Amino acid sequence: MAEKNEEKMEFFIDMQRCIGCHACEMACAECETNGQESMIHIHYVERPVSVMTTVQVCMHCEEPACANVCPADAISVDWEGIVHSAKTSHCIGCSNCVLACPFGVPKKIEKAELMMKCNMCYDRTSVGKKPMCATVCPSQALYFGTREEILEKRPNSVPVNHFIFGKEHVRTKVNLMMPKESTILKIN
Amino acid sequence: MARLPVLPKEIIKQFGPHKNYTPKEGFPGAHEPDKLVKTHCCFCGMQCGIQLKVKDNRIVGFEPWMEFPFNEGRLCPKGVERYLQNNHPDRLMQPLQRVEGKGFEPITWDQAMERTVNEIGRIRQQYGNDAIGMLSGVSLTNEKSYMIGKFARVALKTANLDYNGRLCMVSAGAGNKKAFGLDRSSNSWEDLKHARVILIAGSNVSETFPTLIHYIWEARDHGAKLIVVDPRVTPIARTADLFLPVRPGTDSALFGAMLKILVDNDWLDHDFIASHTSGFEETIDAVKDYNLEWAEKITGVPAGRIMEAATLWGRAETSFLLHARGIEHHTKGVDNVISCINLVLATGRIGKPYCGYGTITGQGNGQGGREHGHKCDQLPGNRDITNPEHRKYIAGVWGIDEKEMPGKGLSAFEMIGAIHRGEIKGLITICFNPLVSLPDNNFVREALEKLEFFVAIDFFLSETARHADIILAGSLHEEDEGTVTTAEGRVVRIRAAITPPGQARRDSDILMELARRLGVGDKFNYGSSEDVFNELRLASKGGTADYYGITYQKIDQNMGIFWPCPSEDHPGTPRLWEDRQFKTPDGKAHFNPAPFRPSAEPPDEAYPVILTTGRVVSQYLSGSQTRRIGKLVDQYPEPLLEIHPELAAKYGIRNRDLIRVVTRRGEAEFPAQVVETIRPDTVFIPYHWGGKQSANQLTIGALDPVSKIPEFKVCACRLVSTGEKAPEKLSNTAYQSF
Repeated sequence: MAEKNEEKMEFFIDMQRCIGCHACEMACAECETNGQESMIHIHYVERPVSVMTTVQVCMHCEEPACANVCPADAISVDWEGIVHSAKTSHCIGCSNCVLACPFGVPKKIEKAELMMKCNMCYDRTSVGKKPMCATVCPSQALYFGTREEILEKRPNSVPVNHFIFGKEHVRTKVNLMMPKESTILKIN
Repeated sequence: MARLPVLPKEIIKQFGPHKNYTPKEGFPGAHEPDKLVKTHCCFCGMQCGIQLKVKDNRIVGFEPWMEFPFNEGRLCPKGVERYLQNNHPDRLMQPLQRVEGKGFEPITWDQAMERTVNEIGRIRQQYGNDAIGMLSGVSLTNEKSYMIGKFARVALKTANLDYNGRLCMVSAGAGNKKAFGLDRSSNSWEDLKHARVILIAGSNVSETFPTLIHYIWEARDHGAKLIVVDPRVTPIARTADLFLPVRPGTDSALFGAMLKILVDNDWLDHDFIASHTSGFEETIDAVKDYNLEWAEKITGVPAGRIMEAATLWGRAETSFLLHARGIEHHTKGVDNVISCINLVLATGRIGKPYCGYGTITGQGNGQGGREHGHKCDQLPGNRDITNPEHRKYIAGVWGIDEKEMPGKGLSAFEMIGAIHRGEIKGLITICFNPLVSLPDNNFVREALEKLEFFVAIDFFLSETARHADIILAGSLHEEDEGTVTTAEGRVVRIRAAITPPGQARRDSDILMELARRLGVGDKFNYGSSEDVFNELRLASKGGTADYYGITYQKIDQNMGIFWPCPSEDHPGTPRLWEDRQFKTPDGKAHFNPAPFRPSAEPPDEAYPVILTTGRVVSQYLSGSQTRRIGKLVDQYPEPLLEIHPELAAKYGIRNRDLIRVVTRRGEAEFPAQVVETIRPDTVFIPYHWGGKQSANQLTIGALDPVSKIPEFKVCACRLVSTGEKAPEKLSNTAYQSF
């Protein structure tokens, strides 16, 4: 596993596989740093017409808007490109990051007056384990592995990590699996 | 005297269900456990491997078990949260007795055992041995299931033992025995990964067996086509290549029509049919008048889609057919199963790589628990209690005279009828919550209230156990050693991670002590669960479910062994029928005609809507365990009535309106969930709750004539809008079963 880590393990989300079971949320909340709050969220898209669900989790942007707008310099990006939760000693609970994130990920935990988000299970990935959500995900809508592995295992789809929101280009460390030949996801 | 001693609210105050949550900082020691114990989930038939974190003889968390080959760490929300049954405020820690007007009071084990044995003796003397009934369940290990089969026949000396598998796998078991002479999924899940066409009939796999979804997607990644037959667009149906929205109660018409198309287009394996099957001619004769127009009218599935399904199935190179309770919970459950098997046999796609068939067994040990004498008509090794040879063999293993062995008894729901009629006067339950899980449960309650004596072995006070005279505090899954057999036929090890808390005892110790006090201690002289297993191996030897060659050591070394495994040097059998030696008397696989007939209670003018029931992902069966786990309750806090907007419009129903659902058995109110994901002629209610919001107040107690499974999946109802909105869902206390 440790060797594989060096081969650049990546996180892939395949929304079509999500069965809305919430195992990821419950497993995420178990982490000792999360205080029983989940950093990943599953939502129905529109339950009256479909059982389709969607996964919301930090995409770990290359140029994270959350970090850029943080007045307290509380959000850092490490050498592996992981965008970390606001440092508790710095965070002033202003919610700038909550408003700035194009994916709507950071949540302000009101009781703690702190911003919290996914840090890609640093405690697990640093010792060769997968993040907890991708470990338990029963359908493997959440997948952690190398790009080569996923291309081989899932030949009908491709990973995409380039998003366009209006005129804004966002590149992320986390990939979304999209229909074959997709390269960009444009959201107007 | 099995009436509630006090009002339900008083009982609930003391015994719950209460919602248990992990503290924000985790349970003490969760981050420095003493040990990790490799075992399996206590819930469904997938039996996912999991490691339990233990600190100071308590379960304080879990860690995925990556090496167990079936699930490689994957879990559903129930698996993630299962450990919260330990450290639970509702846990029964000592024996209790009912006190009229007061509730339940602690007593000593000696008092509890003495009263139980005295009452059993009194009832036997006064009314005969069969006036004692026992109801058991297949969340129990193979060892306990085997012991209970023996306990009922040898210690209680009653014919009336049955189990909650009667609500689960019996239609599939009976259909498989008819067709193959053996009751097990024909293949391991490995074959599912490589099949080119997968047909899932009546199984909400994504919510009831979430970890099996990965296998289906692996097949689809490599080009498999997925066909789903269901009245609802479940999460797996949503993405299917072909979805057949079948009208509840018409499955055998659909599969019969597909068989007719296979015949008309000669999509048949003639060599296989000629060499290895019997009954083909009369089976196709039974469908000769079926046509697409008729099938569309009966099933509500557009003719084009039936044709497309038959074409995909008919032309497939490899295939896997899966079904579950959706087609099995019917008065023609066995017919539905054999009509599926007919499609498999016609194309000869069984007993070879990537070609498979099976029921998805529901309960944790639904497979093993239905093989070793837990059923009213069965002896270990899936032997028949009415067969003189089988009786003689098992009587020999048990060291009793064959003449002393009781005969065939009543099935679970029939036993409730016998209690209601006053024929059964005393009842022992373990691992069964019939007041929530049986149909027509107002009738079940009336029956329980007529019992002269009722003793429940349980770890939580279930809705049923609230009616008990004596409660014996038993053990959780993680408090006893043993084995279970997964839905794919793999026998795996369950490990004791901790010992029972307080004065609670292991179920096996309770049974042994009762047996001793009933005068047959010498027949239950086991030093360990391995001793029980070794006796089970011998008892199963030569039966169709042959475990003789399976040992604890072999299971450990191989991450499980697939039965049949007749000798110690045998590797086990992941894929059945490669030798084409079927276990029927003529050695052939049997086609069986399954002519379509209507359900017991079709809709009519007075009750114009079809009611069907099922499950949600965050709850398990009667909910006695999962309605006590906070996050699982919060995910789906109350039973909702799923209704299509077209049907809702007829009654002026809007989302979250409180709707009274009325059937000939009872009525109950549920908030409406108006969704396009259900047929417009059908409403759906999940059944995990007891009390006023129990769906099984409404369901019908009609049984399949062969399997005796109740018809949970279809009855007639009418809808009455109360004109009120349902209260906020999080203020709901449905989980407590008022």
